[in-house]
Amino acid sequence: MLDNLLILVQAPTITVDLVLNGILVGAIFALAAYGMALVWGVMNIINIAQGEFVMLGGYVAVIMSAHGVHPLLAVPVAAVLLFGLGWLLYRTVIFRIVERDLFTSILATFGISIVLQQLMNTVFGGDVQVAQAHLGTLLLMGGMVTLAQIKLLSFALAAVLAVVLVLFLRRSRLGQAIRATAQNARAARVLGIDTDRVYAATFGLNAALCGACGALVAMAYTVHPYIGLPYTIRSFMIVIVAGLGNLAGVIAAGLSLGAAENVAGFVLGTQYQLAFVFLLLVVVLVWRNWRLARKRQYLK
Amino acid sequence: MSDAHKKLAGRLAILAVGLAAPFLFPAYQSQMAELWLFVVFALTWDLAGGQMGYNSFGNVVFLGIGMYACVLTQVGLLYDIGIYNGARGGGSATFVFDLPHYLEGLALGLPVGALLAALAAAVLGAFVLGMRGHYFAICTLGLGVAAGEVANSWEWIGAGSGMVPPTPPQVIGDLSRFYYYFAFALAAVTFLVLGWLYRTRFGLAINAIRDDEDKAEAMGLQTTRIKVAAWVIAAVFLGVSGGILGNLKRFIDPIDTAFSGATFGVWMVLMAILGGKGTLWGPVIGAVLFEVIKEATWTYLLGWQRVALGLLIVIIVVFFPQGILGWLRERFPDRFGRRVEADLSGTAEETAR
Amino acid sequence: MLHHRTLALAAVAALGLTTAPVFAQAGDTITLGAAVSLTGKYSTNGGHTQKGYDLAVKKINDAGGVKVGGKTYKIEVRYYDDESTPARGAELAERLIQQDGIKFLLGPYSSGMTKAIAPVTEQHKVPMVEANGASRSLFTNNYKYLFAILSTSEKYLASAVTLAAENAEALGKKPSEMKVALAFENDNFSQDVRAGVLEDLKKNNMKVVIDDELPRDLNDMSATLTKVKALKPDMLVVSGHSKGAATAIRQLDQMQIHVPILAMTHCDAAGIIKKFGKAASYTLCGTQWAPSLTYSDKLFGTAADFAKEFDKAYGYEPPYQAAESAAAVEVYANAFERAGSLDPQKVRDALASTDMMTFYGAIKFDDTGKNIAKPMALYQVLDGKYEVVAPSKFAQTKAVVPAPTD
Repeated sequence: MLDNLLILVQAPTITVDLVLNGILVGAIFALAAYGMALVWGVMNIINIAQGEFVMLGGYVAVIMSAHGVHPLLAVPVAAVLLFGLGWLLYRTVIFRIVERDLFTSILATFGISIVLQQLMNTVFGGDVQVAQAHLGTLLLMGGMVTLAQIKLLSFALAAVLAVVLVLFLRRSRLGQAIRATAQNARAARVLGIDTDRVYAATFGLNAALCGACGALVAMAYTVHPYIGLPYTIRSFMIVIVAGLGNLAGVIAAGLSLGAAENVAGFVLGTQYQLAFVFLLLVVVLVWRNWRLARKRQYLK
Repeated sequence: MSDAHKKLAGRLAILAVGLAAPFLFPAYQSQMAELWLFVVFALTWDLAGGQMGYNSFGNVVFLGIGMYACVLTQVGLLYDIGIYNGARGGGSATFVFDLPHYLEGLALGLPVGALLAALAAAVLGAFVLGMRGHYFAICTLGLGVAAGEVANSWEWIGAGSGMVPPTPPQVIGDLSRFYYYFAFALAAVTFLVLGWLYRTRFGLAINAIRDDEDKAEAMGLQTTRIKVAAWVIAAVFLGVSGGILGNLKRFIDPIDTAFSGATFGVWMVLMAILGGKGTLWGPVIGAVLFEVIKEATWTYLLGWQRVALGLLIVIIVVFFPQGILGWLRERFPDRFGRRVEADLSGTAEETAR
Repeated sequence: MLHHRTLALAAVAALGLTTAPVFAQAGDTITLGAAVSLTGKYSTNGGHTQKGYDLAVKKINDAGGVKVGGKTYKIEVRYYDDESTPARGAELAERLIQQDGIKFLLGPYSSGMTKAIAPVTEQHKVPMVEANGASRSLFTNNYKYLFAILSTSEKYLASAVTLAAENAEALGKKPSEMKVALAFENDNFSQDVRAGVLEDLKKNNMKVVIDDELPRDLNDMSATLTKVKALKPDMLVVSGHSKGAATAIRQLDQMQIHVPILAMTHCDAAGIIKKFGKAASYTLCGTQWAPSLTYSDKLFGTAADFAKEFDKAYGYEPPYQAAESAAAVEVYANAFERAGSLDPQKVRDALASTDMMTFYGAIKFDDTGKNIAKPMALYQVLDGKYEVVAPSKFAQTKAVVPAPTD
């Protein structure tokens, strides 16, 4: 651990490399997290299958690239397919639990996540899959900082998607209906908004976002059936830190998480990278709770 | 026959079946041993999840700590743990456990496991049990995974290569049968202790916390202390069950056996909900049913069993959130009516005391 | 009271499970039992294992079956899915033996699983021929019923280290000046490979500059590779099953890191050539078997014939995991015929005295049950093909070391 820190001190360019690469992957985290915030805020559902949607998007890219289609095309295709899946899941399962407590939604979506994971594992096997985008790598600072073009591209795409999403929610009728439902579902219903349709669209939209993320993950990293849970946990953590309905916060938290995770993996060793993510979650939650407790004390 | 007599007869029947089962169905004794441990899992999960309203996905932390603590004690009494695990159950050195030492290790290991698990519950609980609802659920999910990842990288306890519990001496005979009785005894004790606990003031207090924590606090209950105490009690039994499970399975994998959030961690929740959350018999029934379903899918749906289990979770949570007992209670309220009254008078007595 | 009745009912239902079918040596078939990883992290290699078993069984049955004591038997395999978890594997082995009455076991995939199952087969005195548990710790427990037809894992990459030492001059260095980076998963198999590599490094006085562990659910090892970028070692050794191989190749390419000597395990199982094309070039891979080796037997013909047949049946070139699994079935068939009986004890004794040649290589067990007759081989990825470069007896071509910069 100490010698790793020493490397960082001796070669500051490495630090730059770690942080930049972390920020690039952080954009993907932020996108998935925004989807989670949307579903949580609008439908009051915590979707544990978030990471599995990412994984499915990844497999769309893998399959397409295996059939000779350029995997970049998989980004929109995965989004459309996953939107369909999200819609379907809402119509079959989720609509039954929308009005129930959060724990029910956690457990039910946990079940869905297991089904999706195992389904992919049974169909495609448990091994890593990749989609080759055949893009080069950008070398900076005498080759010490390497940024794969696909990561840069996925960062840009994530940014574009975020902008499109915001415009959609602000400008379109459906987007406005979604926001109205988030604020007060009953009032929205009174005003003639078909909240059931809004919920279905929201859940589909979230799945579509995750699907797009997944296609990017398959090109920049690797996918296998079990990559889901860490993405779910990261999304959850980002939403807690940023708060619901705070896009700027989600982006900031997502990018920082990416950077922090990458540096932690370097310093602590790759094998502790996941443990770091999960322990960070616990720390964030305890910290949040402590802050709330102090606030309550204050009020008393 | 009076009610009390019927109850006694029922319990004696279960005792007789439990004691005789390994001889009646010798081929299934390891599954039956697992079943009794599942009963412990479901019962202890329900203590915090059903009775107190704190749904945890992280109780495997106590299971894992109990398992490692027990097995490490068993080994550590005789050999250097670093060398034992360095040899990965093999190596040039041989590790022999004769009967007195083996039993001594077990007699010491199981309580040590319980103690460390309880300690972990006390420390973690102090931090985590302040969270409400879903924050608690996801935080414990994170704790379970993090514990597994740490164990998976910790060289001294065998890391990802896992750890082999001490090989029992020949005299022990059939290992599965030996540990079957441990599991059965533990399940019986857990059931009796929790049944007693739910009839005390403490039981009322945790129910009050489930129903409305703020009001409970306003009534003067020390909610944090009670919550931690409940978790510690659950951890004690889980810790012991961990020691038994580790020895029964003959091989401890840090993530798949010890801190197995994706299997035991979720199954505990599922079993309790399947049988009926917040009841005494519900988790027991849920565990039995779940073990049957699990074994059946493993036998007849080869390769698809996990998909089937995931579907089962969705179906149960969506369609049967009240569980079997809850469903029966709704369906035949009169059959439960008398019991409820009896329970009420019992609890009134308790409060009067 | 109702509670008791419900419980009693449930208990009856639980025990009702006991009506599962019994797969004993009924009729004229010999049933082998195997718990393999059909789901979970090892499912790809578990699949190779199962296909290897199946192909050999089919081939033997098509050739008329096995003659045991004047009677001809067909072979079949009863599978369970261990979900890539060792504890489950042990449980299923017990189930195969106790509930299904199976007297002969084939091994699972991976050392961890084999290690969990071996005590069970030992307790019940049921022989197990395994083809996918290479960890040497399996062979220090004095097991009497365990037979492994593969070379133990500390030998996997030993020849790669030797190769590096021999070619140190090409890098303008003495072997003792060479810097080596290690990245190994923290499981039985990989840690054993690491132990073997460390021994050989010590022999050559090479210096280890990075010694990282990889997580089990690996999909990003850039933290380790960033260290490689900073410290510029002469050799990088990676072992983490198929996941480790695929992730390393992808990210080395992405991060534009050039390592003069890259050695790893599971190249062919991960399909690195198909997945990454040119990026996989010059990688050295330890392998138990290769289609180009010159071994042969009566059943399958040469190693190349086996590869062709496997490809025809399953549509891809067999990785060594499939080949060794097929050979395990051949070993059983051979032992049954020599034992002239289906008594587990007699079959065990026949297994112990196995001395045969297969398309997979020579097989002869020592006292601990491991195969001592077959050497490991080393591939290099050259022009989009795996070429055997060591041992010299089977080498198709000379290794290109160090890898050219482009």
